[in-house]
Amino acid sequence: MAKTLFKKIWERHLVKTLSDGSSLIYIDRHLIHEVTSPQAFEGLRLTGRKARRPKLGFATMDHNVPTDDRVNIKDPISREQIETLRKNCKEFGITLFDLDNDKQGIVHIIGPELGITLPGTTIVCGDSHTSTHGAFGALAFGIGTSEVEHVLATQCLLQTKPKTFKVEFRGRPKSPVGAKDLILKLIGTIGTAGGTGYVLEYTGEAVRALSMEARMTMCNMSIEAGARAGMIAPDETTFQYIAKGNRPFAPKGKDFDKAARFWKTLPSDANAKFDREITIDASKVAPQVTWGTNPGMVLDVTERIPEPDKVPGLSKKDVEQALNYMGLKPGTPITEIKIDTVFIGSCTNARIEDLRASSKILKGRKISQGVHVLVVPGSEQVRKQAEAEGLDKIFKEAGCDWRFSGCSMCLGMNPDQLKPGERSASTSNRNFEGRQGKGGRTHLVSPEMAAAAAVAGHFVDIREWK
Amino acid sequence: MKAFAKHRGKIATLDRSNVDTDQIIPKQFLKSIKRTGFGESLFFDWRYLPDGKPNPDFELNAARFKNATILVARNNFGCGSSREHAVWAIQQYGFHVVVAARQERGGINVPAFADIFRSNCGKNGLLTIELSEAEAEEIFQMVGRFPGLEATVDLEHQRFTLHLDEEISFHFELNSAVKNRLIHGLDDIGITLKEEAAISSFESHHNSQLK
Repeated sequence: MAKTLFKKIWERHLVKTLSDGSSLIYIDRHLIHEVTSPQAFEGLRLTGRKARRPKLGFATMDHNVPTDDRVNIKDPISREQIETLRKNCKEFGITLFDLDNDKQGIVHIIGPELGITLPGTTIVCGDSHTSTHGAFGALAFGIGTSEVEHVLATQCLLQTKPKTFKVEFRGRPKSPVGAKDLILKLIGTIGTAGGTGYVLEYTGEAVRALSMEARMTMCNMSIEAGARAGMIAPDETTFQYIAKGNRPFAPKGKDFDKAARFWKTLPSDANAKFDREITIDASKVAPQVTWGTNPGMVLDVTERIPEPDKVPGLSKKDVEQALNYMGLKPGTPITEIKIDTVFIGSCTNARIEDLRASSKILKGRKISQGVHVLVVPGSEQVRKQAEAEGLDKIFKEAGCDWRFSGCSMCLGMNPDQLKPGERSASTSNRNFEGRQGKGGRTHLVSPEMAAAAAVAGHFVDIREWK
Repeated sequence: MKAFAKHRGKIATLDRSNVDTDQIIPKQFLKSIKRTGFGESLFFDWRYLPDGKPNPDFELNAARFKNATILVARNNFGCGSSREHAVWAIQQYGFHVVVAARQERGGINVPAFADIFRSNCGKNGLLTIELSEAEAEEIFQMVGRFPGLEATVDLEHQRFTLHLDEEISFHFELNSAVKNRLIHGLDDIGITLKEEAAISSFESHHNSQLK
């Protein structure tokens, strides 16, 4: 019988179907960070349990980490959480990429970078953006702290089998429209709960043409459509990415050839059935800008802020609440919205290609007066690569703040936050109320759109940028 | 985990959809390494004014919702981040049950709860009940008309009953595995550890692709 990519991986990891119908699934990689793990390790200690397969766990600190001075962390509670991860990894035998390690970075950036993320594996992390790793044809999803403890203790998870949802992007987007615009367009189309209960598989000409880094951007925001996981079938682009970089945990030589033979069996069979399908014409997608307080509240850059009673799928009250929070009036063109902050970073858009794309816009230009631009590389390796290419100089000469790696202003757990009423163009993934700082107003965009907004001081249609 | 059988308590309504976990428990409270102490910070940005006083415009601060144990909201409750702190905060505030509405309008199907949040609830004994939009609307209406309205949740028979002069009762669906674990207060890790033989046998032939 024809099988989907998801089904092939699911069956390969099914340990047992229990009498109550739930599936016991084996986990190949457990990524761990400082925020959602302390209570899980404490649970193990209280019950006298050990980590069953500590070698399959990889940890780093990213959420709390200051992006300026990482040695002297001023916030004592952040410091304690970071030190707790250090102690827990040592006690339970888990590999840690600590703050002084050149492999440290956002957990979803370093997994692929180090070759920890591989096709056909199951990957979990106490973080909803674990969906990022699905770009390699892995089944990767976010879990809560109880499940973190569960994986540590048993290397398995009890799951209900999700349904499958094929998302086909036909045609090619017109550059500089890219992965961020495609995924925002999808979320705007199916809504923030359109994918709940499903695993998405992205296919089609536009997806096949994306680089690995762009595929990660796409899969990263699957959760913003409500889907725990998003996946893309592995192909030559995937194999090249794994083979070419310095990826210490990836197979090499004969092991690589053997692994690649297996990876080639993973793509969905031609006649595989999905529970749901949607097709989006990628050639017609415009640069996207969110206007509200969830990622489904998104429009083409050429549109205007909607009337509260004219948004499909949303109540008038919900739209009014969002516009009130965002301080926006119906009828305002998106391109007339002024911003005072730009954040280029996060597990969505802080890889080297993202920094190249935004620096290209900023090269030889100055950011608009009164705008603060924060550029936070996704990992220390990305930072070093960017510096080797001179991108840091371009950013600094334009007037941007160039930082060390971490989650930073995506969620503002560290000191990088918006103040009440400040408005950002952000390459991150969530525009929830207060996400980047209490009272802060977030517009989600691509790295190119964020850089152009930094120069202009307001949103611009990047297709007309010269 | 504590077993859940029946629960009777006061209802509080929160007339919002897409309540995300950043609203349920903002990031500054995620720095704790403990599992307790989150109740005070539930809905922090909505609940308190900048000077720290309760925001009189926020629904849950209303006197009529004091000591409520059943929270009723609109669709896609708990979307966003996987933080289990959101579940701990709701429980530690005093809620035993969260009810939300699925929405079916113009071909768009919006479930009552986000996936990871609902899964996290099950691991902590916080019961999530999905009702239809019309049923949830009726609860909103009745709570508006009868301050202090109470309901009983009967997990065994999957019934949600409003205590009015003439009782209104709704049936709700629930994953049978989740129901079984809630009723018996079973801990997932305990269940899985009983499968030690199956896991060991699986590991003996499985390739995790780590060199």
